[in-house]
Amino acid sequence: MLRLSWRTPCAGTIPTFLCRLALLSASLTALGGCSTAVLTPRGPVASAEKTVLFDSLAIMLTIIVPTIIATLAFAWWFRASNTRAKRLPEFAYSGRIELVVWAVPLLTIMFLGGLTWVSSHDLDPAKPLASKTKPLEVQVVSLDWKWLFIYPDQQVASVNELVAPAGTPIHFTLTSGSVMNSFFVPQLGSMIYTMNGMSTQLNLQADKPGVFDGMSTHFSGDGFPGMHFQMHAVTPAQFATWVSTTRASGPALDPTSYAELEKQSSNVKPFTYRAATPGLYQAIATQMIAAAPGPPSRPNVDVFPKSEH
Amino acid sequence: MSVAHPVAHAHDPYRLGHGGGHGSEAQGHGEGGPPSKRIIVGYGFWIFLLSDIIMFSAFFASYAVLAGATAGGPGGKQLFDIGNVGIETGFLLVSSFTCGVASIGAAARKFWLFQIGMAVTFVLGACFLGLEIKEFAGLAAQGDGPQRSAFLSAFFSLVGCHGLHVTAGLMWLLTMMAQVLAKGFRADIMRRILCFSLFWHALDIIWVAVFTVVYLLGVVR
Amino acid sequence: MLLGKLTLAALPLDQPIPMIASCVVALVGASVVALVFIKGWAPYLWKEWITSVDHKRIGVMYTILALVMLLRGFSDAIMMRSQQALALHSGGYLPPEHYDQVFSAHGTIMIFFVAMPFIIGLMNFVVPLQLGVRDVAFPTLNSVGFWLTATGALLVNMSLVLGEFQRTGWLPYPPLSELRYSPGVGVDYWLWALTISGVGTLVSGINLVTTILKVRAPGMSYLRMPMFCWTSLASNLLIVAAFPILTATSAMLLLDRYLGFHFFTNEGGGNVMMFMNLIWAWGHPEVYILILPAFGIFSEVISTFSGKPLFGYRSMVMATMAICLLAFMVWLHHFFTMGAGADVNAFFGITTMIIAVPTGVKVFNWLFTLYGGTVRFTTPILWSIGFMVTFIIGGMTGVLLAVPPADFVLHNSLFLVAHFHNVIIGGTLFGLFAGYTFWFPKAFGFKLHEGLGKAAFWCWFVGFYLAFMPLYVLGFMGMTRRMQSYDVPEWRPWLLLAAAGAAVIFVGIVLQIVQLVVSIRNREFLRDGTGDPWDGRSLEWATASPPPVFNFAVLPDVSGEEAYWSIKERARASHRLSDEPDYQDIEMPKNNPTGVICAFFATVMGFALIWHIWWMAILGLVGAFATFVVFAWQDITEEEIPAEEVARLDRANRASRRARLAELEAATVQR
Repeated sequence: MLRLSWRTPCAGTIPTFLCRLALLSASLTALGGCSTAVLTPRGPVASAEKTVLFDSLAIMLTIIVPTIIATLAFAWWFRASNTRAKRLPEFAYSGRIELVVWAVPLLTIMFLGGLTWVSSHDLDPAKPLASKTKPLEVQVVSLDWKWLFIYPDQQVASVNELVAPAGTPIHFTLTSGSVMNSFFVPQLGSMIYTMNGMSTQLNLQADKPGVFDGMSTHFSGDGFPGMHFQMHAVTPAQFATWVSTTRASGPALDPTSYAELEKQSSNVKPFTYRAATPGLYQAIATQMIAAAPGPPSRPNVDVFPKSEH
Repeated sequence: MSVAHPVAHAHDPYRLGHGGGHGSEAQGHGEGGPPSKRIIVGYGFWIFLLSDIIMFSAFFASYAVLAGATAGGPGGKQLFDIGNVGIETGFLLVSSFTCGVASIGAAARKFWLFQIGMAVTFVLGACFLGLEIKEFAGLAAQGDGPQRSAFLSAFFSLVGCHGLHVTAGLMWLLTMMAQVLAKGFRADIMRRILCFSLFWHALDIIWVAVFTVVYLLGVVR
Repeated sequence: MLLGKLTLAALPLDQPIPMIASCVVALVGASVVALVFIKGWAPYLWKEWITSVDHKRIGVMYTILALVMLLRGFSDAIMMRSQQALALHSGGYLPPEHYDQVFSAHGTIMIFFVAMPFIIGLMNFVVPLQLGVRDVAFPTLNSVGFWLTATGALLVNMSLVLGEFQRTGWLPYPPLSELRYSPGVGVDYWLWALTISGVGTLVSGINLVTTILKVRAPGMSYLRMPMFCWTSLASNLLIVAAFPILTATSAMLLLDRYLGFHFFTNEGGGNVMMFMNLIWAWGHPEVYILILPAFGIFSEVISTFSGKPLFGYRSMVMATMAICLLAFMVWLHHFFTMGAGADVNAFFGITTMIIAVPTGVKVFNWLFTLYGGTVRFTTPILWSIGFMVTFIIGGMTGVLLAVPPADFVLHNSLFLVAHFHNVIIGGTLFGLFAGYTFWFPKAFGFKLHEGLGKAAFWCWFVGFYLAFMPLYVLGFMGMTRRMQSYDVPEWRPWLLLAAAGAAVIFVGIVLQIVQLVVSIRNREFLRDGTGDPWDGRSLEWATASPPPVFNFAVLPDVSGEEAYWSIKERARASHRLSDEPDYQDIEMPKNNPTGVICAFFATVMGFALIWHIWWMAILGLVGAFATFVVFAWQDITEEEIPAEEVARLDRANRASRRARLAELEAATVQR
């Protein structure tokens, strides 16, 4: 279902890369079937980041490969037993070579630095995506150990399940209700930290409908491996339907139910809230609602359903 | 360590290894081999002081970051009693002078000048410390202890870190007085006196920074 | 409470794995101690090693500590790789609360108690010899520094038996490491172990900086120092400038945890971003503290075994000092994903890349050192060439991670894990092994077994690629680091491959142990009588192996780069050694137990603070202070080595060199 990586915009440079690192290239082919790969972008941000990644790699490989070959070649040719090698036991300085060895890395880094400067600004997570469609606002709260998504405009919320229309930019505002985490949907691009007492910004978009895995990438405690979610990119019509079904049933998210949600739990099955108290996110982000209590005084076996076996 | 023979400059074609020194005791450029122990010890202690200043700079940085994080509690303007701090500063600055007098006493091998200088330094340092403890205790008593807010945590840590250094300095000072009393102005003890005076003056410099950054700016803010 | 938080519940009686592990450690430890006493080695060890202030012996002890801790850190690695190989759709065999301790301990031990002591050990051993002097600037402090490092290692290992180690990763990022989220003693173990050993490292750093800048042989100007001295200088300058930041940061977290301060808490205005900035303001220079001395080792090894001077020496010096300076300007690249904004990210991305320039220069200069040389393929040069190939790849992935948009999709993934292992194993560790093999004959007077050394190299080299290339792939596949279990079947084959790689590395380590044992048993066969087994170029090869306690009978007079090479050339040209010098009495510092006693009290204090046993903590502190006062009260701190003894030792050394010279000349005549 997926395309091989060298059909990307930087196609010209990738074959070099493939010849060079046999191991890595084998892996790229094998990646075809994987749904969480960074190399199979499904949104504009992830695509652009993949391009930056491969361009930088290609630039560096142009010096790295010859250097590795030269290292092996020099060492082998000048082995003590090679009678044909010309020995230069006093050769310890050459102005010309010095110039080259400083200039080559310098020029490469200048080139790469330019790329870095431009791409850092283009792909700043806080920068809104160019689009005619008005972005969907989603507020994200990381908890021990699950994700809470609040839709302020729709007044609904969900846990461990993110639903958004494809083709529409999503503007995330993120904070943490407890310790630090990092929000990441690999196929959409850019991860970003979530921290208590402050908000970070992230703009992403899914090109087409699909299901993408999301996770925390910053270790946050014992329940960390169970802190994943699924992102469903759907059509705008399906999104509208989802919002209205969600509104129809389920609990409501208010300070009381939030206090319940804050307690440590891992591998939580996705569920939704039919309503969300306005301003709840701001209260969490500004520490009006105190951060999560942490581990209970006695270890709770229910926290780790997975480790029971 | 023995001081060895001078070296023919001809062997250093770029003459980069030479220069400096010029017959002084502090030969940093490898001409005459290792210098005297006094130079080495003083140099090493300077490097320690630099590292100590870096540690303070981490506390200064944290104070700068957290100065506004009062969590609804009082800020420096409400809390600092600049008069008290002024007297503290006076004690410490004068103690630096008396410490210098003690150093002169040691250099001149004048036992009483040294001992009296050190004793006065100790009293002044102890007064400084007493005033600081009084300030801390007062703040804690009115509920503005380090647990009150991040600002106060940073304040207590920065100023307290300096206070701990002064405490360590006072213990060192007493040890030096006792050593001179028991052993006289022996070469190794002289080196320790040199290090102690460097330490004491460095604490003064750090205090000037604390006074400016914490108290003066805190009252103005 | 007389024992603070310490109760019987602190023993992991209900957890078989740590229980068995700690029993084994205790058993091995006890049998070593028993052996020492039964064989009657205790007085010898106490007088000649434990209380030694000889920089060579302290260097050897640092190295032994590092090698022992390597075994501990590596067994953690094996547990991680096997857990991840098993844990698809299941909990594997390590529950999260244990697995999290394992990866935290692995990182902490490998950085602080393997790489650091190994490097400091080699610097301690080699630098004064290369500078042509008799000792470091502060011999007793040197001993204090070593024993404080050992205290830290002891405390970390104690956590295996009593209580737990931290479960936050190798760096205690708050707020996870705050009391609310980590109420156990694990984080406290880390903090006290690191604070105490950090003081030791700082002391050793100050000592070596002073030694290199002040204590050098006559004529040994800066630009005549061997490359290893330069990189050691850079590394120790970084220690002096960076470790105080670690101490301060640990102190802040300690105040948060012990006294309810609010530096990094979720309440009271605490700021976790400040922790990240502070810890990486130490942490990034730390990376260069680890790699720079390795660069120096490679410079020495490549030049020696190519039979050529180092190419572009001045360039190398410049590159070293440039890296030293730039090391402090890049720390933010550890958290591009914090959302600092495009300008900040781009700035730190570019400064990071700029470090690749001097590093690239170094690689090219090694390349041209090989060029035109006569390369002898010994074990040290195999490590060096293995390093050059591996490190270039690691450097490339590092620069890739320095491009913020690339980092946005690779940060905290196994790609990152692969990258830093690529540079730390492929750079630092390969360098340390090269240095270990290179200077072993200098320390003990006999070489290590070459065949086994080469076999160990190949296992490490192949094992490294097998273990870590799959992690790069897994990073692209979106696998995050520190996963105790996972649900993605596609990851499994790569994790199995990585586990196989770890097994190959294990074989390499076994071979290294065998190599050591075999070499010791065959030491008479491997004996090097000349003191110059590799045809070396710097002054450490000018003295006997092992060197006498005073290193040099008379301080060598240095008259150019490559001090010893020029001495040898002169001898070859004039067909004789230089004239016998006028021997004099030598004053050397006397061995004393200040370091070990001070560390004993530091251990007591650290342990007491971890378990909140306040009276014992005060006891430890007072004891440590008293130790220093007692040391300061000593009247005789030096002992004199009579000129006859000096002459006797030096004449033996000269005789072996004369024989070697004759041998060489005979060979030339024959040819």
